[in-house]
Amino acid sequence: MLSLIIFIPMAAGILILLLPKDNKNLIRGVALGATLLDLAVSVPLYFGFDQTTAAFQFEEIFAWIPGIGSNYHLGIDGISLWLILLTTFLGPLCIIGSWGPIQKQVKAYHFVFLFLQTGMLGVFSSLDLVLFYVFWEVMLVPMYLLIGIWGGPRRIYAAVKFFLYTMVGSVLMLVAILWLYFNGLDPETGRHTFDLVKIYAMTAPELQAQLWLFGAFALAFAIKVPMFPFHTWLPDAHVEAPTAGSVILAAVLLKMGTYGFLRFCMPLFPDAIPYFAPWISVLAIIGIIYGALVCMVQPDMKKLIAYSSVSHLGFVMLGMFALNQQGVQGSIIQMLNHGISTGALFFLVGVLYDRRHTRMIADYGGVAKVMPKYATVFIIISLSSVGLPGLNGFVGEFLILLGTAKANFTYAVFAATGVIFAAVYLLWLIQRVFFGPLDKDENKDLQDLTLREKVILYPLVAMTIIMGVFPQFFLQPMAATVRVFLENIAR
Amino acid sequence: MEHSATTLSHSALLWLIPMFPFIGMLINGLFVRKSRETFAGILASLAMFCSFIVSAVVFFQLVGLDPHHRELTQTIYTWMAVGDFHANISFLMDPLSAVMALVVTGVGFLIHVYSIGYMKGDERVTRYFTQLNLFAFFMLILVMADNYLLMFVGWEGVGLCSYLLIGFWFEDMEKAKAGKKAFVVNRIGDFGFLLGMFLIFITFGSLDFQVVFERATGMDYGAGMVTAITLLLFLGATWKSAQIPLYVWLPDAMAGPTPVSALIHAATMVTAGVYMVARSNVLYMLAPTSLAVVGWIGAATALMAATIGLAQNDIKKVLAYSTVSQLGYMFLACGVGAFGAGIFHLMTHAFFKALLFLGAGAVIHAMHHHLHEIGSDADPQDMRNMGGLKKYLPKTYWTFLIATIAIAGIPGLSGFFSKDEILWKAFSSGNTAIWVIGAVAAGLTAFYMFRLVFMTFFGEFRSAKQGQHPHENPPVMTIPLMILAVLAVIGGWVGIPHVLGGGNHIEAWFHPVFAEAEYIAEIHQGYGIHDAGIEMTLMIISVVIALIGIFLAYHFHLKNREAGEKINKSIKPIYTILHNKYYVDEGYQATVINPILATSRAFLWKFFDVKVVDGTVNGVAWLVNWSASQVRKVQTGQVQNYALMMGVGILLVLLAFVL
Repeated sequence: MLSLIIFIPMAAGILILLLPKDNKNLIRGVALGATLLDLAVSVPLYFGFDQTTAAFQFEEIFAWIPGIGSNYHLGIDGISLWLILLTTFLGPLCIIGSWGPIQKQVKAYHFVFLFLQTGMLGVFSSLDLVLFYVFWEVMLVPMYLLIGIWGGPRRIYAAVKFFLYTMVGSVLMLVAILWLYFNGLDPETGRHTFDLVKIYAMTAPELQAQLWLFGAFALAFAIKVPMFPFHTWLPDAHVEAPTAGSVILAAVLLKMGTYGFLRFCMPLFPDAIPYFAPWISVLAIIGIIYGALVCMVQPDMKKLIAYSSVSHLGFVMLGMFALNQQGVQGSIIQMLNHGISTGALFFLVGVLYDRRHTRMIADYGGVAKVMPKYATVFIIISLSSVGLPGLNGFVGEFLILLGTAKANFTYAVFAATGVIFAAVYLLWLIQRVFFGPLDKDENKDLQDLTLREKVILYPLVAMTIIMGVFPQFFLQPMAATVRVFLENIAR
Repeated sequence: MEHSATTLSHSALLWLIPMFPFIGMLINGLFVRKSRETFAGILASLAMFCSFIVSAVVFFQLVGLDPHHRELTQTIYTWMAVGDFHANISFLMDPLSAVMALVVTGVGFLIHVYSIGYMKGDERVTRYFTQLNLFAFFMLILVMADNYLLMFVGWEGVGLCSYLLIGFWFEDMEKAKAGKKAFVVNRIGDFGFLLGMFLIFITFGSLDFQVVFERATGMDYGAGMVTAITLLLFLGATWKSAQIPLYVWLPDAMAGPTPVSALIHAATMVTAGVYMVARSNVLYMLAPTSLAVVGWIGAATALMAATIGLAQNDIKKVLAYSTVSQLGYMFLACGVGAFGAGIFHLMTHAFFKALLFLGAGAVIHAMHHHLHEIGSDADPQDMRNMGGLKKYLPKTYWTFLIATIAIAGIPGLSGFFSKDEILWKAFSSGNTAIWVIGAVAAGLTAFYMFRLVFMTFFGEFRSAKQGQHPHENPPVMTIPLMILAVLAVIGGWVGIPHVLGGGNHIEAWFHPVFAEAEYIAEIHQGYGIHDAGIEMTLMIISVVIALIGIFLAYHFHLKNREAGEKINKSIKPIYTILHNKYYVDEGYQATVINPILATSRAFLWKFFDVKVVDGTVNGVAWLVNWSASQVRKVQTGQVQNYALMMGVGILLVLLAFVL
């Protein structure tokens, strides 16, 4: 089942290579069909998922490279379940979102995009370090290409920056993975292994080694998140990436960093956590406040939203290192929220950009008058990002702050100021773009949302409301996983 | 609480109360076309009316119960359950929330009806009613929640609607800005509310009112944690209810349509802070420090806002500062432990202040049409353009006058009973200084309100042209005024004090809610003064003060206007300070907002991100590039060079071994 979910996009990508280059709509149609099929196949995961256990489910395992003890081992728990569903949910929306805007090299674009989809799904389901590392690197290339080929004017700079930043982290992580391999023996077979479940079962290395290994993994993931001060690749990458690239980058790729902490860093090196937790928490808080403050003064909408990711991901990291049930579950639900809300915000910026080819806030004003539906959607999504109760963002922020307050009240006080700043930068953005007199001639006959845009945005709006009103639906399946996770790292 | 959870009764009706406006919102928001403005208004009003009827039914259910068991609850579903944290979507109806629900739905209904006339011809009427219904929904959630978290949902929701409705005419940038300001300022209050909730959960292990208050009685009197909790919650309340130091958003909020000002910024939402403090009465009573802070902030706000009200010329601004001042009275009441009196004043204030705003709206509506007809672009809200309107707007005038008498504290009308109850409780609990401030502010209130009436309705009409004059508004607007006028008169009769031969029914009604707090107060603060003679004397003093205020207003603004002008000139610096609201806005702009923006732009972004972090990254890249280019030179392709290198290398390795 998981293999099917992972490889449907790639298969479709290869199929697209065989299609005639000029039949753009056929290519798009195949890509859309494949992502929709992928979504349809992944939804049953939720219904088949046993919420009472923390064990990995839907496991698939067979020897892959027996010589080095690497298995093709897939499986999901209450954490990866949601990240996979998030990825398959956004896939079709991204294809629809690229339908008009992408006109150059359509064939290559969809091939690359589908490949990326496979890479991300693979990352979230791999339970073998080599397999994980392969997927992790595999998805780096398509993202690099998406920015570098279909991006904006400074795309090469942004793509190289993205690539280098991530590579630096990946290399250190590879070293750490190899260390783990050479220093661990599978008690059953007496051989070295890359199988994560087996490594979980081994006794953790001595403290000194744990500290180094935690650091190596943490750096790789912190760059990906990105945590302050490793965040400067993000605004550039976002600004230059095409809309769908930004959406995937913000909604899914960044989550690979936070997911990495939960899947590798913390459970593999639990004794190092107390040493790193204060530093990570403080950096997370700096990220929350710093990101928000820098947001306020951005003249470019897309850059503003990119910086808001720094702030939101700060919340995710903070909750995770609160090391209690509320904090960690809040952190996971906040990953999903950020995926939905920020993904939607990037789509929304794309809508205006497609019409006016500018992202500068100063070029707009009074747009709500000509685009009322667009304005309504934009405001709802912004409010979800701000954390208004009843919408999804609140659930995550509240649980994270509650968990943090239990762990360290001072952290919570500082982090909660982010709640104020978020309202400032987003409402100010709304005010400058949508309100006031419609005084620029270019904006006077902007078209409101088209059918294609509605098809993308309305499901996202629906999700913000569903997740805000019925969060238990999302919180319940991850509860057991998080409980056992916390027990394990506290042992 | 003395009566444990086992005595709670279930009511299957509660959810209907917020549900009607919610359904109204959905229908208007999704299905009703822009052009069907009357239909939208009727639908929204009908939703409110149904909600009111259900509230009344539930109210009588409560009346039918034994006074100590007057609590109805209904749980809808589990909202969040994570680890040991649990929050339900569930409602509580007790004497306190019942009164709030009746005020919200009753006054809300009248304002909805009035809006049909007021908003006629606006291009976005459907959207207006959608948002107004949404507001009512959230406000009802706020007052009916049975836990702090759900209360917070309502709290934030009404803030959202306030934001949307203040900026309803968003084409005007000033109005849009006022909306944003309200939301952002409220968020700062939310910061306090959130942190307060966290401490409550950490201390009591729950956010449910029942559980928290029951466990709180086990805390020490004056415990530091309870003080911290109540102060944080009060931070939330100060912002929501526009108290010192951050009432700045409320006067700006007058940018919204006037019925919105009446509903949200006078009768209901801004009183949420008072409701929250009263709801948390047990916690506050256990924290004497917090209680003193509440009392003094309330008193100071009551006085300060009243002084600002003296020098405003915009009819809505006067009422806005009056609201800030009256909210101060309610906090003052809570601060001296008279939660019941505070809520009583909240109720009467909802009647007469909603009436004042709707009356002002009627005046503005009429002035707007008049000025439009004579082709003038003068400000329809500036009282200096009005005068003599009593002739043209008789129904508006009479109802407005009744509300003014009520707020001024003339015996017999609603405001007198509630305000006097507060002043008496302040005095009898030993807070003489607070009583003095309250009494002085009452005099100022009488002055600025009658100044408003005289400037607006008396004297010569100052915008007359070719015999044209404003016309009275249609019945859809004047009938709600009349109903509210009746309420402004009789609304206080439920609280006629015993010294005047009344039964003070409202105090008895609230008693079960505040019994625990009163019990704590008796143990720790003693009984206070009970002397009918003193009570009568104080009552007479406050009536005299009110009459003096009215007389001065009459003297300077009607009879002898030159004298008034002269006084204004002679105290020009003070007048200027008052007229500019003590320059608080400018102060915040200069000391908080500008520095934050400047630092974020110049230091954090342009310096730290671009220079330091990217500089380092680019520097490393450059270094790698440079060293690569240097190393590349080594690869000359000449065999001799390589041989030399090899030799040197071997030598070094050997050396390393030898050493």
